[in-house]
Amino acid sequence: MLVPDPSAAVLVEDLSKSFRGVAAVNGISFHVAAGSITGLLGGNGAGKTTTIGMILGLVTPSAGRVSVLGHDIATDRHAILHRINFQSPYADLPHRLTARQNLRVFARLYGVPDAEGRIEELAVNLDLTAFMDRPAGRLSAGQKTRLALAKAMINSPELLLLDEPTASLDPDTADWIRSHLDDYRRDRGATILLASHNMPEVERLCDQVILMKDGRIVDRGGPADLIARYGRTDLEEVFLDVARNRGAAAGRDVA
Amino acid sequence: MSAHTRPAWPEIPYRRFSAGRVWALVIRHMYLLRSSWPRLLELVYWPLMQMLVWGFLQLFLDQQASFLATAGGVLIGALLLWDMLLRGQLGFSISFLEEMWSRNVGNILMSPLRLSELLAGLMAMSVIRLAIGIVPVTILAIVFFGFNIWGLGLAFAAFFANLMLTAWTFGIVVAGLVLRNGLGAEGLAWSLIFPLLPLCAVYYPVETLPAFLEPVAWALPPTYVFEGLRAALIDKVFRGDLMLISFGLNLVYLAAAVFIFFRLVRSARDIGSLMSTGE
Repeated sequence: MLVPDPSAAVLVEDLSKSFRGVAAVNGISFHVAAGSITGLLGGNGAGKTTTIGMILGLVTPSAGRVSVLGHDIATDRHAILHRINFQSPYADLPHRLTARQNLRVFARLYGVPDAEGRIEELAVNLDLTAFMDRPAGRLSAGQKTRLALAKAMINSPELLLLDEPTASLDPDTADWIRSHLDDYRRDRGATILLASHNMPEVERLCDQVILMKDGRIVDRGGPADLIARYGRTDLEEVFLDVARNRGAAAGRDVA
Repeated sequence: MSAHTRPAWPEIPYRRFSAGRVWALVIRHMYLLRSSWPRLLELVYWPLMQMLVWGFLQLFLDQQASFLATAGGVLIGALLLWDMLLRGQLGFSISFLEEMWSRNVGNILMSPLRLSELLAGLMAMSVIRLAIGIVPVTILAIVFFGFNIWGLGLAFAAFFANLMLTAWTFGIVVAGLVLRNGLGAEGLAWSLIFPLLPLCAVYYPVETLPAFLEPVAWALPPTYVFEGLRAALIDKVFRGDLMLISFGLNLVYLAAAVFIFFRLVRSARDIGSLMSTGE
């Protein structure tokens, strides 16, 4: 039984979502400890994106409750939107605007003090300086991802929600992004919730992993703990065990 | 770095309504217009073509009919006002559709921008886009046809304000429908307002309509504007009473449109369409 932690950055209780009678998320509960990196792990259709959508307030739950930074997302979402941010492959930045113009717009939307200073800081940190005056649509995939990450960090968010942040990136760029996220969490004490099906990424970054399948949480724990529990050598093998109903979580619902 | 030496989280005060956030949306679209000459050209192109066609027709009719000769500018004036209504609505809707086309809606809706600020930003953009397109055309109407709509003074201001309110009403409903139903509904942005063209008696008096359509016409705010235009040009009087009725009707319809928009957004959150803003 999950014991809710009232100091958690994200608190999800008995959350469900059905679309036309089909359950996308089915009664899940979890919390994300402040200052941690938590991975939502699962295959396609596991319910990760819908869960993130409900945490962001873009999708209304069929049942259950989400609390973010101590505020109920259903009733008090606008009180915390300037303290969180997100990056998702389902959202893009306007292609005709330059990287700098995009960041200026979002700095104003988030009410960032000293916006130009923050933009320069992000340009340096994310190695975007040479591309700042280039239209976003003319950036490479890696540069676009770094720009999207700069947008996600424009307000120095206390909570960062990332949906497949390194999807379609080459290994070098993906590794660079992971290092940056890890540094941000360590240096700022930020909380990061990461939806991914990239096992090495989750294994490297996350303190806690929540394994989802068919809209339910089928297991959870630290990466090393899960690997040991399943008697495997890496998280990918654990993921395959879960996906194929083998091993520790087979037939068990820990939600 | 230890937790004790970490920089504090930035103090960002939260305001229920922020002109700064509205301005952010406006500069986003100004950057877009500045970067794209075809978009700027398109703003002027159709109003200019329309003005030329109707202006030359007006010249021809002036030579044929004594009534129209005495009421110079009725057709071209009606055309310019109709274009303000149409382009005002398109300015609102296209600014919103730009967010959909660029898949930026998720970023916008997840930012602190409130829905009321989104609507305010789109209203501002509709006026800006309209000004870019219509102001040069009204000046060319003076040069080519000697028709000066600005010369109507206060009446023109009242016409403009009422037509903008109607334009926003349609734009708000279209934005809600597109958020709820995806880009498959974007065609409504170009077509939803056109039933007003015959019903609002743009180019002819309301009595021209069949009797059963006259109450429909009088239920629509722009009808009073076009009747007011004819009164100003033919009878040389400003019908403030018509403008007040139009304004009252506009407020009712605008409030209804905002209500419908919020209901459509709520429905979009229910069905998850804000997470997938494609077709």
